[in-house]
Amino acid sequence: MSVVTLTALTVRYRGALALDIPELAIDEGGIFAIIGPNGSGKSTLLRIIGLLQRPTTGEVRFRDALVSGPRQLEVRRRMATVFQEPLLADTTVFENVALGLRFRRIPAAERRRRAERWLERFGIRDLAGRRARTLSGGEAQRCALARALVLEPEMLLLDEPFSALDPPSRDTLVADLGAILRRERVSTVLVTHDRIEARALADRVAVMMRGRIVQQDTPERLFRTPISDEVARFVGIETIVDGRVESSSAGVVRLEAGGQKIQVAAEAMVGERVRLCLRPEDVTLTPGAIVAAPSSARNRLTGTVAEVVRAGGQARVVVDCGFPLVALITYQSVDELGLTEGARVTATFKATAPHLIRLNTIA
Amino acid sequence: MALLWDGIRQAIALLARGDAEVFGIAVLSLEVSGAATVLALLVGIPLGLALALTRFPGRTLLISLVNTGMGLPPVVVGLFVSILLWRSGPLGFLEWIYTPTAMILAQLIIAAPIVIGLTLAAIQQIPDTFRLQMLGLGASRPQMLRVLIQEARLPMLAAAMAGFGGVISEVGASLMVGGNIRGRTRVLTTATVLETSKGDFDVAIALSLLLLLIMFLVNAALTWIQQRRAG
Repeated sequence: MSVVTLTALTVRYRGALALDIPELAIDEGGIFAIIGPNGSGKSTLLRIIGLLQRPTTGEVRFRDALVSGPRQLEVRRRMATVFQEPLLADTTVFENVALGLRFRRIPAAERRRRAERWLERFGIRDLAGRRARTLSGGEAQRCALARALVLEPEMLLLDEPFSALDPPSRDTLVADLGAILRRERVSTVLVTHDRIEARALADRVAVMMRGRIVQQDTPERLFRTPISDEVARFVGIETIVDGRVESSSAGVVRLEAGGQKIQVAAEAMVGERVRLCLRPEDVTLTPGAIVAAPSSARNRLTGTVAEVVRAGGQARVVVDCGFPLVALITYQSVDELGLTEGARVTATFKATAPHLIRLNTIA
Repeated sequence: MALLWDGIRQAIALLARGDAEVFGIAVLSLEVSGAATVLALLVGIPLGLALALTRFPGRTLLISLVNTGMGLPPVVVGLFVSILLWRSGPLGFLEWIYTPTAMILAQLIIAAPIVIGLTLAAIQQIPDTFRLQMLGLGASRPQMLRVLIQEARLPMLAAAMAGFGGVISEVGASLMVGGNIRGRTRVLTTATVLETSKGDFDVAIALSLLLLLIMFLVNAALTWIQQRRAG
């Protein structure tokens, strides 16, 4: 069953279409991630779901009932929103966590019991008496999340809740929150520009580009099979190359791209133009030009190292093999294999690794 | 210099004696300026909130007018309130001219823009997303406004101090609309002007010391509230 349904929704800013959502249903119990680049409209969409902003046109339904003027506050109180900044009130941590309960006129004893329980779950019970403004970034965001979850919302809305945090506190908070949300089965909408967060937490992911949802699927499928190169790039596919299908049999397509012959486990027609998408972590590199050695990896492309970029614990190696092919490998491998610019390497990947976008134009 | 020391010595003696007239003047000053400040807060805080939270054509012009009003010359206020309350004026039938009520009205007009302007500034420094966050936690609009005022309480107490300081120390408007009538509308500032013009420096100094003492005590009390909450 859907908790929130949006229909024929548009938002215009000074006449320009900022959001255009013909239909969107958010189901009970799961974590629905909305990912997209900055300015794609995902935060606006979240605010509309949370009844914090009115759309230019369209309707919002909560559990199949239209949300109209007088019901707004009542429905708004069945949800809770957390923003990128913790936005804590200038009082104690405890009072912050109890704030939404106060808005709902929950009696003091119950307020205390519920607030203490959620302070405990986010590991900040010791900080209950502290002034909220003295917390570190990670502690403050834990307080903000406890303040939302203490309300036992039917729908939790998270707008980039981790992006202001430093990496270590972000990683532990993503893990803690993920565990809590799954255990409590809180229906959640998570807006993020970080695909890794979305992949770690979500049951379903929608990609937004320029105010529209361009693809919506399970994370596994969405990250494997993007429908356009724009989505492909956004979900972390770095090798994108156009080719032409030369033959197709038994579920394996043979195509030519950038002067290389590539086999892909997919369906396509001979002569069809396709766009090949390959994730960098699916590529292995071997020094030199390897000729044979039987292997299940059907594709073996020889080229030269064009660039090695070390970032975030792993190195991105760009191999020029008629087109730029990107591999993600450890620093250790880079050093041991002597992968410096100009070195000859063989890039290997399975036929099942690439995803083909069919360009629908047969030359 | 001797004149000053002499004056101070006599002033202290006067205060120590508990001169009834001097204390009557001090009490009236507190009453008039206190009432004007409280009224200015009652009018100014909602208006400041409204200006901070709404968007409408002419808003920027209005804010400029408020900011100008924060430095309104008391004599100009005195002039217009006098005309308004003059026996033959539009509000003459109220018979407020040369009464403490007229002085409260004039001081309200002086203090209100200060309170509006400082409230506006205090609320505007709270990010827009904070308001959305409160609504996102289920606050009704009045509940959201209450939290905003709580958040801005330190600068708003400063608004109260600035408003009170502005009116208890002004002389022009009180003199013009109150008339400095002994026992009825004479306040510390107007009495100080009078005594100085008569050359009674000891009384003038006593009045001035009392004025400073009142300002200090009121501000000390407000500062205590402010800093205790901030701790």
